[in-house]
Amino acid sequence: MSQHLIKDLIPREELLDSGHLACPGCGAALAMRMVLKGLGENTIVALPACCWSIIAGPWPQSSLHVPLYHTAFETGASVASGIKAALVARGDTETTVMAWAGDGGTFDIGLQALSGAAERNEDFIYCCYDNEAYMNTGIQRSSATPWGAWTTTTPAAHPEAHPKKDILSILAAHGIPYAATATIAHPDDLIAKIRKAKGIRGTRFIHILAPCPPGWKAGDDETIALARMAVKARVFPLLEVEAGQRWRITLDPPREPVGPYLRKQGRFRHLSDADIAQIQELVDRRWETLERRVRDGG
Amino acid sequence: MKKVMVGNHAVSWGVKLARAEVIAAYPITPQTQIVEELAEMTADGRLAARFIKVESEHSAMAACIGAAATGVRAFTATSSQGLLLMHELLHWAGLGRLPIVMADINRAVAPGWSIWTDQNDTLAQRDTGWVQLYCETNQEVLDTTVQGFKLAETVDLPVMIVLDAFFLSHTSEPVDVPDQAEVDAFLPRREARLKLDVHDPHAFGALTTPAVYMELRLRQQEAFDRAREAFAAVDREWAERFGRGYGALESYRTEDAEIVLVTSGTITSTTRHVVNERRARGERIGLVKVKMFRPFPTGPLRDALSHVPAVAVLDRNISPGHGGIFAEEIRAALYDLPPGRRPRIDGYVVGLGGRDVTPAVIEDCLERTRRSQAEAAAAAANGGAEREIAREDIWVGVKP
Repeated sequence: MSQHLIKDLIPREELLDSGHLACPGCGAALAMRMVLKGLGENTIVALPACCWSIIAGPWPQSSLHVPLYHTAFETGASVASGIKAALVARGDTETTVMAWAGDGGTFDIGLQALSGAAERNEDFIYCCYDNEAYMNTGIQRSSATPWGAWTTTTPAAHPEAHPKKDILSILAAHGIPYAATATIAHPDDLIAKIRKAKGIRGTRFIHILAPCPPGWKAGDDETIALARMAVKARVFPLLEVEAGQRWRITLDPPREPVGPYLRKQGRFRHLSDADIAQIQELVDRRWETLERRVRDGG
Repeated sequence: MKKVMVGNHAVSWGVKLARAEVIAAYPITPQTQIVEELAEMTADGRLAARFIKVESEHSAMAACIGAAATGVRAFTATSSQGLLLMHELLHWAGLGRLPIVMADINRAVAPGWSIWTDQNDTLAQRDTGWVQLYCETNQEVLDTTVQGFKLAETVDLPVMIVLDAFFLSHTSEPVDVPDQAEVDAFLPRREARLKLDVHDPHAFGALTTPAVYMELRLRQQEAFDRAREAFAAVDREWAERFGRGYGALESYRTEDAEIVLVTSGTITSTTRHVVNERRARGERIGLVKVKMFRPFPTGPLRDALSHVPAVAVLDRNISPGHGGIFAEEIRAALYDLPPGRRPRIDGYVVGLGGRDVTPAVIEDCLERTRRSQAEAAAAAANGGAEREIAREDIWVGVKP
């Protein structure tokens, strides 16, 4: 896509102020900035415990120009359900309600409430910004942490022993009208998906890869490069799923091996070449499954 | 209009009259009839509310929090394990100052599984920042439900309406259902002072540093202080409009009483019966019913009990390692009365897990207090030391 088109696609309007409290190079801050550009100011945010509980700013400040309700860890989807019901009860069917949660609040502790809301097809957008561990509490593993990764609860001698939970398939299996993945390195793709989601009614789920320099042990100038490499290595494919059936790969750059992506991150430093080969095999298998879904549906 | 209805439906009718706008609920025995009736009312259009059929009580309270924060009137109902599951979010609603109304059917806590009544579920939520109002009759349940919304929205505090499993929840009584137009005049649509509003964006519940957290708590405490008078005003207005009032507590035949029984919930009705029989025999026995547990009606209790020689508190609950919870709180409230005005306070633990509290059980408590009072009086007459308060609450109606 040319520079000209990207410039036209991304609104200049900023709904996130520069005085937020994110770490340098934070992918989660960029993700919020881009998503709000896509949604606009007629948006209410339900924010369960996550890095963004800090990034948004302490009382009485807020780095957002939209209303924001801080809430308990596992309640992003359920509080968003209540906000939406209240708006509709008073005749407002236009304001977008967005739950904004990290991977812990989505893959782990908030999954029950999210599944309940998705099954009821609650009319909100749920964004999970995924930095692949509990970063706000100091880098503990979540079920979004990939196989082989170091965290403070999966030390290098015994790194993460399970592959990352396939949250998109779980949400798609609820048959919700729209589910998609995106990254902060592909703002055109991200904003296009947010706008598409905004135009749909029912539960919409956007899974955004948001690299975390301290948690991934990478440079704070490498966030965007890492997210781009994750897509090229097919570790994090850019997808959308409509009605749980129609799978589509929205961006499919020339394939690259996983090695360089992993070697760029200190959290994978302990991995042997054999480990990396095993990860490559896992990634390849998941890609085959994905291609089959794109071809056959479901 | 008089209708015969169970206590659960008295809650539903109260919620309908209050025109709740968002209801989020999850089934649990013995509460389920409340939300079944509300589901019917919303389905057939008698109540214009959004009903969210959530996947847990935790999500029920979370949805009510989201709805109340957006400025509407929100309601849920639960019981026992469901209430315990909500515990984290009860604090959120409390300190978030959200005027949610919830009915809880008092049901004992497992294990072993019990669906029968006692108060340990609600009393375990004592410090979550909810007003707690315990009811004796189905009429009181309906009235308190509507009053609860007005109180909640006056002081920006959540309100819990509490009633006994089965003895009220599933027992039919005649209930006078007020006219909707009159209730509308009593309780107009909620207009929130602060809410989630895209035209006036604010962040709620953000990181609160040690420099400001205590003030947040102080504002909450001040709201509870105001809730005492606010409830009295709401109750007065209700009485003026509908001819029924309840008070934070009720003194029943306590004039010149030598012993006053203190109760809450449906034990109160049985105790009234015992008091009437004793009075008919010329015995000076009275009753104080505690309706409001939070804020604790310290002043009214001191007024009601400070002239009484002996008090017997009946607790359908137990704080393991301490004693009956009402008894402990009443002792604390009366402790600094001058010795001559401070009653002897005996605590009795009764009726746990739905065990019947019959007139015989209440009379057993009464006789025990009469005996201990006589012994204390004899000791004092013999130049003994100041009367001691009972150290341990006595379990009555229990097998050895």
